Amino acid sequence: MQFLIKSSVGKKLIMAITGQLMFLFIVFHLIGNTSLYFSWINTYAKHLHDLWPLVWIVRFVMITLLSLHLVFGIQLTLENRSAKPDAYAIKKSLRATFASKNMIWTGLIIAGFLLYHLLHFTFQVVHPEMSAKLNTDVMGLPDLFSMIVFGFQNFFILSLYIASLIALTLHLVHGLQSSFQTMGLNTDQTQPVIAKAGVIASLILLIGYASIPVVIFIGIVKG
Amino acid sequence: MNLTLYVWRQKNADDRGRLEQYEAHGISPEMSFLEMLDIVNEDLIKKATEPIAFDHDCREGICGSCSQVINGVPHGQEEKTSVCQLHMRHFKDGDAIYIEPWRARAFPVIKDLIVDRSALDRIIQAGGYISSHTGGVPDANSILIPKDDAEKAMDAAECIGCGACVAACPNGSAMLFAAAKVSHLAMLPQGQVEAARRVRVMTEEMMKQGFGNCTNHYECQAACPKGIKVSFIAKLNREFIKTLGRSGKISSSVDRMADTLPSE
Repeated sequence: MQFLIKSSVGKKLIMAITGQLMFLFIVFHLIGNTSLYFSWINTYAKHLHDLWPLVWIVRFVMITLLSLHLVFGIQLTLENRSAKPDAYAIKKSLRATFASKNMIWTGLIIAGFLLYHLLHFTFQVVHPEMSAKLNTDVMGLPDLFSMIVFGFQNFFILSLYIASLIALTLHLVHGLQSSFQTMGLNTDQTQPVIAKAGVIASLILLIGYASIPVVIFIGIVKG
Repeated sequence: MNLTLYVWRQKNADDRGRLEQYEAHGISPEMSFLEMLDIVNEDLIKKATEPIAFDHDCREGICGSCSQVINGVPHGQEEKTSVCQLHMRHFKDGDAIYIEPWRARAFPVIKDLIVDRSALDRIIQAGGYISSHTGGVPDANSILIPKDDAEKAMDAAECIGCGACVAACPNGSAMLFAAAKVSHLAMLPQGQVEAARRVRVMTEEMMKQGFGNCTNHYECQAACPKGIKVSFIAKLNREFIKTLGRSGKISSSVDRMADTLPSE
C-alpha cells in the first residue's frame, strides 16, 4: 500500500479510480435531480433521507474519494511543474488540449463550487429565508422545490452554476478517457473510441445538469 | 533561400542563456537541417564568433542524438522525423526559425542546444534489461512467439532514446520512453520473467531522475520520431497493476537485480 502512494503510476491509479467513482456519483446525482421535472423532488428527498444510514455511508465515501483526488492531484501537479522548470520561447501543442493542460484549475473550480453548492442546498445558508428546513409544501414535506426554483431565478447563481458546469465538463473530457488509459484499458483500437465516448458522456452531463437552472431561469418551471 | 534563425545560446549549465538572431544565407532545399546549421556555423567561424553547439552523430535518423526543438516542436513539424532527417525543402525563403534545446529538469543544458540525456540511461540501468544470459542467437522458431507479440515488441524496440517525448511533454515525463522498454521486454518470453520488478524499478528511477508524471496529454506520441504509441504506456500501466499485491516478493528481487549489475 505504501508503495502505491509513492509510485508515479500508483498515484495516477488512485486519481483514476477515485475520479471514476466520483463520476458515478455525478451520474446518479443527475438522475435524482431530474425528479424536479416531475415535481417529485420533495418526495424523492424524503425517501432518500429515510435511508439515512446509506446517505451517511455515501457521504463518508465521497469525502474520502474527494480528499484523495484533491491531495494526489495537487501533489502530481507540483511534481510535474518542478520537472519542467523552464518554458520554451515557442511551444506548439500537438495533442494536448485546453482541457488536458488545465486539469488542476478546472479541478479547483469544481472543488470551490462544491463548497458553494453544499452551502446553498445542503446547509441552506445562501438564502436562509427560503431554507427547506423552515418551509414545507402542501404535503408537509421540507420544500426543496421552492428553494431550488428561488435560487435559480437569480442570474448570479445561474451564471455561477453554468460556469462551474463548464469547468466540470472540461475536467471530464480529459479525465474520463485519461482514467481508462491509466488503468491500462486502452489499446490502439479502443483509445479513439474511449476518447469520443468520454466527450459524449461529458456533454450529456453538461446538458442534463445545465437544463435544470436554465429551465427555471427562463420560467418554464415555476415556483 | 535565406532564413532568420533564433537560436538558444548558453555557455554552460550555470549560464542563464538567451535566444540570439542569426541570418542563414544560400540554403538549398536539399540540405538537411543539420547541414543548414553547419553552413551557419562556418559563417560564424569566419566572423570569429563561437559556433552553435549541437548534438549529432549518425545523421541517418537512428542514433537519437539530435535534440532540437524547432518552432516549438521537438525534431520539427514533420511527423516521424528526426532533426537530421528534416530537410530544408519543408521551409520557405524568409522563414523565421526558432531553435531551442530539450527543456526538462532531468535534461540540464550542457551548452547551447546540447543537453545531458544520461538520465534516460540511468532509467535503463535500473531495470531495462534482462539480468541473466539468455544464450546465443536461437534457431529460428525454437522459441515460439505469436506474430502479433513479435511485431508489437519490435514497434516498442524502435525507440532510439532521443528524449523528444520528454521535451514535448508538458510535465517533462519520460513515461513513453520507460513504457517502450517495459513493453518491448514484457512481450517476449525472455523478458517476462523479470517484468514485475522491471516496471517498478524503471518507473521509480524515472521519478528519482527528476522526470514528471504522465497525465495523458499524448504530446509524446505526436513528437516521437519513431512513432512509439501511447498504447505502450497503457501496457506499462497494466504491467504495474499486475505487480500490486506482490510487494514483498518484488522488493527482494529488486535487490537481487541490483546485485547482478556489473561492477564498474
